[in-house]
Amino acid sequence: MSAAGDAALAASLLAVDPAGLGGVCLRSLVQPARSDWLLMLRSLLPAALPLRRIPFNIADGRLLGGLDLAATLRANRPIADRGALAASDGGVVVVTMAERLTAHTAACLNAVLDSGEIIVQREGVERHDSARIGVVALDESMEADEHVPASLLDRLAFLVDLNGFDARTPLVQLHDAEDILAARQLLPRVEIAADIVAALCATGMTLGAGSPRVSQLAVNAARAAAALDGRVSVTVDDATTAGTLVFAARATQLPAPREAAPDAPPPDDSAAPPEPPAPPEPPASPEPPAAEPPAAEPPADESRREELEVEITQEQLDEIVLAATRAAIPRGLLASLRSDAQTRGSTGAGRTGTLRSGGLRGRPAGVRSGTPRGASRLNVIETLRAAAPWQRLRGRIVPGDARVRIDASDLRITRYQQRSQTLTIFAVDASGSAALNRLAEAKGAVELLLADCYVRRDQVAVLSFRGRSADVLLPPTRSLVRAKRSLAGLPGGGGTPLAAGIQSAFGLAIQAQRRGETPTVVLLTDGRANVTRSGVGGRDAAHADAMRAARQLRLSRLSVLFIDTSPRPNPLAETLAAEMAARYIALPFASAQALSSIVTAAAPRTNR
Amino acid sequence: MRSVVRPVFPFSAIVGQDDMKLALICAALDPSIGGVLVLGDRGTGKSTAIRALAALLPPMRAIVDCRYACDPADEDSWCTECRERPANTAPKDRAIPVPVVDLPLGVTEDRVVGALDLERALSQGVKAFEPGLLARANRGFLYIDEVNLLEDHLVDLLIDVAASGENLVEREGLSVRHPARFVLIGSGNPEEGELRPQLLDRFGLSVDIKTPTVLADRIEVIKRRDEFERDKAAFIAKWKKADDQLRRRLVAGRKRLSGMVIPDEVLESTAKLCMQLGTDGLRAELTLMRAARALACFEQADSVAESHLRRVATAALRHRLRRDPLDESGSGARIDRAIEEALGS
Repeated sequence: MSAAGDAALAASLLAVDPAGLGGVCLRSLVQPARSDWLLMLRSLLPAALPLRRIPFNIADGRLLGGLDLAATLRANRPIADRGALAASDGGVVVVTMAERLTAHTAACLNAVLDSGEIIVQREGVERHDSARIGVVALDESMEADEHVPASLLDRLAFLVDLNGFDARTPLVQLHDAEDILAARQLLPRVEIAADIVAALCATGMTLGAGSPRVSQLAVNAARAAAALDGRVSVTVDDATTAGTLVFAARATQLPAPREAAPDAPPPDDSAAPPEPPAPPEPPASPEPPAAEPPAAEPPADESRREELEVEITQEQLDEIVLAATRAAIPRGLLASLRSDAQTRGSTGAGRTGTLRSGGLRGRPAGVRSGTPRGASRLNVIETLRAAAPWQRLRGRIVPGDARVRIDASDLRITRYQQRSQTLTIFAVDASGSAALNRLAEAKGAVELLLADCYVRRDQVAVLSFRGRSADVLLPPTRSLVRAKRSLAGLPGGGGTPLAAGIQSAFGLAIQAQRRGETPTVVLLTDGRANVTRSGVGGRDAAHADAMRAARQLRLSRLSVLFIDTSPRPNPLAETLAAEMAARYIALPFASAQALSSIVTAAAPRTNR
Repeated sequence: MRSVVRPVFPFSAIVGQDDMKLALICAALDPSIGGVLVLGDRGTGKSTAIRALAALLPPMRAIVDCRYACDPADEDSWCTECRERPANTAPKDRAIPVPVVDLPLGVTEDRVVGALDLERALSQGVKAFEPGLLARANRGFLYIDEVNLLEDHLVDLLIDVAASGENLVEREGLSVRHPARFVLIGSGNPEEGELRPQLLDRFGLSVDIKTPTVLADRIEVIKRRDEFERDKAAFIAKWKKADDQLRRRLVAGRKRLSGMVIPDEVLESTAKLCMQLGTDGLRAELTLMRAARALACFEQADSVAESHLRRVATAALRHRLRRDPLDESGSGARIDRAIEEALGS
């Protein structure tokens, strides 16, 4: 089946069982295909059920519910407000720009997806509401470091990518609202055989596709597929459909090749013939290679169906589901997964706490009395609470007036904790000269510093430079384990593009400053630059470039720790350090103990 | 306003994850251990197990009309209202389920600590205290899912209350103190952020759980889950016997708790082990000893043996080692080594 067909089928299945399937991650830029898909979902979903859009930055009060202030004031008694999640019970919530979701909002969605209910304990309101919902996460990410939180993806059955679509191949709706209604009726009676469950689990595990929860989603998808087809028992076809839709886009590994399974075309062959006779490509549209939908399914299907008439063993069954799923894995996906395994493996982390902005920074940290002005914000609910006990007394002045009377002394403002988050940026020289000298020891020094960062709950970022350019190995995160992992796999060799390294660290530091954080740069290098910023070799030019970059650091008053990794203290490195007004430390030949003491002595000063 | 209690997945039906189950049972058997922190991969059934534990607990006696469910047998732990009752009238009590209180995401401070009762204040102009979740969790369990995403100012609150067993409210002209002794249960995914060391310390035991890598286990997980989703009542009925048996063992274990003997050599091994690992303070030793005792009680042993110690050592000590946060495979292996050195293999 084509990618368009997959997308359409995902919409149909979701309409049958939103809560059971968790939802869809719809990866797409704003384009007609996306709106078409959403319209299609709306038309399929029974009309009585809500389909509600919520923005990624929705406030907790609107998402979860809380006190309805206007109604409370009118009625003179607390009136609870159902949040968007509870109001969508039975239906689907569409989250826009889901790649920007904070870990907190994602966790709220996760909790509801897991339990099918929502517990609200906010602002004096306590509610338990049913919230059996599906979530459509609209993923507009373009850059490598943007992604929908992995914890949410783990709960959504289908990952659909519309970016590869030719705008002129329309999405064809596979079912109509009546089919869906019939399937919904049938769904509770659909049975699934144990061997099919086993086959789906085996496929998920062989492909390294997510947690056991994902296998559960595949089982539910198979059941919904059967219901859509008007059957009350799940067949192998349903299972292959479910496996394809649920696992293919999540595969992180290919199964070890078995000798010629005749009924399963190897993925490479199947991807070669182009899609169903597509209209001529418009030359203007950029071709996205990664999303090339795999084709040539039908013949494989035929042979499979014939075979099904015969008795099938468990192993064959596993193989069938696996083969179908494997055939549907987009080309290039695995390669890209492997290459950025580090960032990919723990998506969703690292964005925590970096998104606060605007006049009121930081997290709300309690409430105190005071008048709102400038940078403080009135906390209406706490103000009301403060005024509440006095209402009767004050009300006597004008009897019969239902308005709440508020005195200046009742005013409460929210305090925000202006936690100046510290970000420590490690820029590690992994060039040939450094590798020769002390790369391993430099890594050791970074690890010691990381332990320090842990104590202070700093964020850390790691970048390395070698060959011609600098790479950010780890964008700012609090997960030190990831920092360590990113270092462990760091290869050495190549030229020393010192200027590029400094620049890259500078860029990160400036971004952090803009977010209101305090960055510290820790530069580990031997100072022997030999690649210029433009990537050309040449010792002198490279050094001049590095000096220029160093000046930039000094001018922006960033605090820098320069750790010289050359075999003996090196004048070049010292000049550089002086140019960036850094604290200079020559990494000594010494035991780890001595190293540790130097690093700890240096760290507090640089982090002021 | 509370809806009907949802049927929960039976504890006995959870596949594998023995470390977690053992830790939860120990913490339920002896609340003084101080709760459990469950860290693990996504989709490993952390929340399921904790909710299942709630259903497993035997009911407890509580004073009628007390908002903090004070224990009729333990006068020292009473709240002010229970103390102020006329001394000659014995308080009436009744059996209630052990409270297992959720601290949901997005919870606000007023609901945690308690606040002015807005309803009564608005309608009657009365200044009354409305207890919060800490009050409700008294003598029970406080469960925080995604504990590493909890807002900092709430973490501060919890750290304080969890240590003192008492909640002090000073807000909106109210001044209230009430008992809040609860077993803290937390769960989270370590990839989503680190936990403050002070909060870590409040948890008695900590377990790491991993996605099952054996296919058969995984299939079994899905099968049972699916069966449960299809017909909850039938599934619960099917596992009722196993759950009942577990509950009886738990009750029997609790009864043995006070009489359980801890031989001196086991105490010595405990101390040796903690010294070997260089844990700060005595909390580690206390927790380790209590956990070993709880396990011995649960298994109906006559006295605590070194084998009990070994089995709970990792859970009791893992999060108390002077941290090398970068040591990934880390603490588990370090403890195993220390056990070998201190106790011999």
